[in-house]
Amino acid sequence: MAKKLAIIASKGTLDWAYPPFILASTAAALGYEVYIFFTFYGLALLKKDLSDVKISPLGNPAMPMPIPMPNLMQVLPGVETLATAMMQKKLKDKGVASLDSLRSLSLDAGVKMVACQMTVDLFDFKAEEFIDGITFGGAATFFQFAGEADISLFI
Amino acid sequence: MTSTAALINFDRELDVRGQSCPLPIISARKALDALTVGQVLKVRTTDKGSTTDFPAFVQQTALALDAFAEVDGEYHFYIRKP
Repeated sequence: MAKKLAIIASKGTLDWAYPPFILASTAAALGYEVYIFFTFYGLALLKKDLSDVKISPLGNPAMPMPIPMPNLMQVLPGVETLATAMMQKKLKDKGVASLDSLRSLSLDAGVKMVACQMTVDLFDFKAEEFIDGITFGGAATFFQFAGEADISLFI
Repeated sequence: MTSTAALINFDRELDVRGQSCPLPIISARKALDALTVGQVLKVRTTDKGSTTDFPAFVQQTALALDAFAEVDGEYHFYIRKP
């Protein structure tokens, strides 16, 4: 019987968007059954429009920057957009797949993606904002799968 | 694994040079799914991580790594579908 991987994806920044999709797509390639439960800011990763998924050097002191930038400057308008554009270019230059493409590869490989209904309602998101091929569920639906999982990760 | 990889026959070649984790593994999985039992897939990568990832992939999926070679900064894996 196939091994099972359960992931909770709770973060919606560009850096933290990668681990759930990298692990899910790889596990699927290894023959795992994979289930990802997207909750709170992780819901941004299921939107058709991924442009809200950004990265900021603010509060992220380990982020490598081409030039050192004092915290006080990191709050300026445009810094987040600039940092996001720089990170996306770096990812592309290094041959790392785009989020959109890793997400499609995961879905194609049979990864089940579930959006947390409570947080969808909390943030007043509309079902049509999300990609096709996902379902909506609550904590109990997560445990239905995770209770039998070999690996469970909270990201 | 042998160092005579150039002599190994293969049925299909997958070129994933320039691609980073996890794309080489995912593409290899797809390519292997399309092969029949006994056929060999040659995978060409440049991702350093692939040197540990491919043996791990093969070991966990009951495939066989017939040969591995490092050629001009590229890594060549010969994976057989048993």
